[in-house]
Amino acid sequence: MQLEGRDLSIGYPDRLVGSGIDVALNTGEVLALLGPNGSGKTTLLKTLLGLLAPKAGHVRLGARDFAKLSDRERARAIAYVPQTHQATFAFSVETVVLMGRTAHGSLFSRPSAHDRAVAASAMARFGIAALANRPYTMISGGERQLVLLARALAQEPQFVVLDEPTASLDFGNQGKVMNEIRALAAAGHGVLFTTHDPNHALRAADRACLLRAGETLAAGPVGEVLTKPLLESLYGAPVETLTADGRTAFLPG
Amino acid sequence: MDATRRSALPGFAIALGVLIAGLLVAFTVGRYPVGLGDLFHVLMAKLAGTQAHVPANVESVILQVRGPRVLAAVMVGAALTVAGTAFQGLFRNPLVSPDILGASSGAALGAVIGIFFSLGVVFIQAFAFVGGLIAVAAVYMVGSAVRSRDPILVLVLTGIVIGALLGAGVGLVKYLADPYNQLPAMTFWLLGSLSSTTVADLVPLFGPVAIGTAVLIALRWRMNVMSLPEEEARSLGVATGPLRIVIVAAATLVTSASVATAGIVGWVGLVVPHMARALVGPDFARLLPASAILGGGFLLLIDTLARTVAPVEVPLGILTAVIGTPFFIWLLASVSKTWS
Repeated sequence: MQLEGRDLSIGYPDRLVGSGIDVALNTGEVLALLGPNGSGKTTLLKTLLGLLAPKAGHVRLGARDFAKLSDRERARAIAYVPQTHQATFAFSVETVVLMGRTAHGSLFSRPSAHDRAVAASAMARFGIAALANRPYTMISGGERQLVLLARALAQEPQFVVLDEPTASLDFGNQGKVMNEIRALAAAGHGVLFTTHDPNHALRAADRACLLRAGETLAAGPVGEVLTKPLLESLYGAPVETLTADGRTAFLPG
Repeated sequence: MDATRRSALPGFAIALGVLIAGLLVAFTVGRYPVGLGDLFHVLMAKLAGTQAHVPANVESVILQVRGPRVLAAVMVGAALTVAGTAFQGLFRNPLVSPDILGASSGAALGAVIGIFFSLGVVFIQAFAFVGGLIAVAAVYMVGSAVRSRDPILVLVLTGIVIGALLGAGVGLVKYLADPYNQLPAMTFWLLGSLSSTTVADLVPLFGPVAIGTAVLIALRWRMNVMSLPEEEARSLGVATGPLRIVIVAAATLVTSASVATAGIVGWVGLVVPHMARALVGPDFARLLPASAILGGGFLLLIDTLARTVAPVEVPLGILTAVIGTPFFIWLLASVSKTWS
């Protein structure tokens, strides 16, 4: 199964953000989306989630055109993990995870016993089963990210799209989330995430797509795309490369 | 899972306790006190279809005078609280009340126009009801016509602006009204009262309130998801646009029906949802029924206060404001932690 955007022009009703973008994500692989602030990462993400219609071009899920899918059909194929946020109301962690089951129920239904079982196994998978009855507003940022990951898994999607999953996390939790992203791909999901840190892309992604001013600067396997010259060109700033044990890391400045 | 379910029971027990206490107090207290025993006999006899062995005037006080008013207070309180709960979830804002989209100001304008043209009570109520519906429909259409990335904010701001315009309309009608006959009636209506409620008022109140509440309760799980940010709710498979229209329509229906019966009763729909949330948590499956029970009991107690606290009847809207304001300040200081 493939989630594919072909020759996309993206943007809002009153503003064109990017054009000529080709992007494809296969199940079982991780794609990282990098680019400076304002390069169109979030807009592209929303377009691939079906939250924003492309201004030109097509988004396809397998053989099916996105425009012909309902919100519910899309939600059963693609899960979205937004940046962690404060919730308005103090829902329990279990309720938040159960919300991932919404697209599997009907308009008037409440979560079934099966939905609860799926949610419970998703919470267990991310080690947050003990938090089930805690209010979502009273847990840490790292725990909240895991709750949103569990909710995405409970959605039983083929693809998981994460918006800067490490942005508000401490160093240890960043590594944990990177590992979970790899594990999702190992379990057969296609994972797309945006990040400001090329090292996170190197660590967790198979391929990377570099977006600059709404156009694709480069796309391909991380080893080929995440290089000093391309990153310097992407961010318009000097980058230093460190190499040890055959592995590479980048330092800004 | 079981722990959270069990933990809602004490909350429901408290809400039911408030309602039952409200019912007992409302039937027995007043200018003509009624004993609990007499109340019990009359209600049992009524249910059984037999004649109660109590003085005729006791039976008449319970069934004819207090009965309709008690039922109306419970329904209006429940309706305003359920609508407030729905709007607070829908707009993801705990400071929202049922009249945020102009339902009350539209109903107020409809009612004062009805009074201005010296129409009968039925027409005044009908004008109020239709005025509320038209106001919210206008707010919704204007709000949707303004293209924005934050449709919720635009909708709320449109509601405030159109509410202010309708308020000016109410002011104009009051200015033009006969100051001896019409103006007191308008003022009385705008302050809210259940004192003239009759059995005939109950049907047009009950129908819309029951329909609107049933729709909201049927959508309880989707309403949980709707209280997430718009894009997140859509990514979870909820068609937020159409669903928002249905929720707004249902909440407006119950608000307009209660405003048409009781006039403008502020604060209940803003404050009581917070009490209900503190009792049973934010899950709408529990919150909506708890809101209905608690709101009914709350307004019943306040209405009983309104007719007993002073030699003359105190307008409901004044009492709810006097009680609601300090309570809301207390809420801001203590419970606000759980909102954000």
